[in-house]
Amino acid sequence: MNSKKTKIAKLYWKKNLQYLFILLSVWAITSFGASILWKEWLDQFYFYGFPVGFWFAQQGSIYIFVILIFIYVRLMNKLDDTIDEEFNKSINTK
Amino acid sequence: MSVQLWTYIIVGLTFALYIFIAIKSKAGSTKEFYVAGGGVSPLANGMATAADWMSAASFISMAGIIAFSGYDGSVYLMGWTGGYVLLALLLAPYLRKFGKFTVPDFIGDRYYSQSARLVAVVCALIVSFTYVAGQMRGVGIVFSRFLEVDINTGVYIGMAIVLFYAVLGGMKGITYTQVAQYCVLIFAFMVPAFFISFQMTGNPIPQFGMGSTINDGSGQYLLEKLNNLSTDLGFSAYTSGEKTVPDVLAITLALMVGTAGLPHVIVRFFTVKRMRDARKSVGLALLFIALLYATAPAIAVFAKTNLIETVSNKPYSEMPGWFKNWENTGLIKFNDKNNDGLIQYQASKNINELEIDNDIMVLANPEIADLPAWVIALVAAGGLAAALSTAAGLLLVISTSVSNDLVKKIINPSISEKSELWTARISASFAVLIAGYFGINPPDFVAAVVALAFGLAAASLFPAIVLGIFFKRINKQGAISGMLAGISLMLFYMMKYKLGWLGEMPEKSEWWFGISPEGFGTIAMCVNFIVSIIVSYFTSKPPKEIYEMVETIRVPESIK
Repeated sequence: MNSKKTKIAKLYWKKNLQYLFILLSVWAITSFGASILWKEWLDQFYFYGFPVGFWFAQQGSIYIFVILIFIYVRLMNKLDDTIDEEFNKSINTK
Repeated sequence: MSVQLWTYIIVGLTFALYIFIAIKSKAGSTKEFYVAGGGVSPLANGMATAADWMSAASFISMAGIIAFSGYDGSVYLMGWTGGYVLLALLLAPYLRKFGKFTVPDFIGDRYYSQSARLVAVVCALIVSFTYVAGQMRGVGIVFSRFLEVDINTGVYIGMAIVLFYAVLGGMKGITYTQVAQYCVLIFAFMVPAFFISFQMTGNPIPQFGMGSTINDGSGQYLLEKLNNLSTDLGFSAYTSGEKTVPDVLAITLALMVGTAGLPHVIVRFFTVKRMRDARKSVGLALLFIALLYATAPAIAVFAKTNLIETVSNKPYSEMPGWFKNWENTGLIKFNDKNNDGLIQYQASKNINELEIDNDIMVLANPEIADLPAWVIALVAAGGLAAALSTAAGLLLVISTSVSNDLVKKIINPSISEKSELWTARISASFAVLIAGYFGINPPDFVAAVVALAFGLAAASLFPAIVLGIFFKRINKQGAISGMLAGISLMLFYMMKYKLGWLGEMPEKSEWWFGISPEGFGTIAMCVNFIVSIIVSYFTSKPPKEIYEMVETIRVPESIK
């Protein structure tokens, strides 16, 4: 039972790290990439009255940050639920 | 009804509400005092965090700072929101699972060392005091501007109110007053923004208005017009910046990481029930914060355009009433250098005749746009809500650090629950007095260092917490030397390059890697990480219990 627990915990953590890696990459790309490093280049394009790089820096990045957290909340809640299920199964089959 | 009367009514009503809530939610135990009993709903905690986070500076000054710095102002917008992603992904859920009351609690237990705890307490106190000194002054300034009392009287009123509900209710009182304060401040911020956006562009949503065409039939985009106006006057175009790319990167990252490392923000996520509630409530907090942060740059654009069009090359004698009003407060200064009776507002220092304080963009906006008196009064109530909620949150962290981390965990572990609660109340009172003292006698360096509180948090606490969760191998020697290296380096850089305390104030060209003191937290943080890791690998492994503890905080409640 205990080894089963450890195994589930390990899988859980691995999955979590994968999510973190992907979401934090998006976080870095929008803030440091689109809003700062590539800002000048993106500014040649327009989105309504906004130069695109400027829009990312003062609007887009903020929206994306909010969305990223909610994606993480969803992914982790799902992961938590599947783990609960696994757990109950392993108890029942015992 | 006059603006003055409206202000008294609206501010009076909101204050009555805060005090009512405080009386209703008196804390009966240390758990209630420190973390509101640990059962706050994610929604309430999200709002409370947003109010806790958004200070007088966010509410009053930020739009103005952006208006005068254009693209460069983005560092604050991204820095003060992006940190919440780090909080949600890297800190909040695990600290919640750990389940005690404070950041030094975590660092002391994780690094199995009283010295680590002490270093963390000192770092937390340095960060919180740097931050709170500015807040009390902010409370005083808002009071004095809107209620026409002396700044010092304003500070006393602010102290009395904060004292009342922080000391009585602790975290429980603060949480529910902050929920109310969030509602007041966001309403107060959005209403004028809708009005002005509609006036200028015909679109009431400021975030869209900012990118729309102007309402005058010319079909020109607002931002294009503002760029032209700015360059005509010799400023750089609004949508481009003057700071160098490495500096912008460093400042943004330092502010993000600092946000995630601020003790008064982190502690809010100890108040919810489970890990999943902690994640969700960070998301909600950022959503509530984003409402204001995405509106501020729009207000900046409207206000800047309005301002230039109203004053530039116009006769001084024909200025509208608000110009004279704010001239009386000293926030607008006009000096007719060439005696032509016209206002020259230019980038060149020799020609420029007009000096405008950042704060005017939000404070005077309703008057500039000719909005009704109750809107102006609402802005006053909003500014006060923002300043009070942040001050209260910080004072609570300071008192918890003293009563829980210092007295209970280090000096006198056998203290009874009741005496600990009293210690917490007494230290909260002392913290209010010290903060009030700084508010009344602000040392000149206060304004200069508030922004550096983020650098200090980034350089000291953030790496110790993240490493503690994600790297089991980090031991006490590593964490302690990392924190000490990070915070001393940051303090040194701040004293040398920002305050000029060590010899003569150096030129900008002498900045290390071209990075300003505001962005230096990023470098100091990297040093902290590197020192922690290297020292850990050269010293013994942490004990087995620590490995188990880290494994426990990583997984949800249902597993362990």
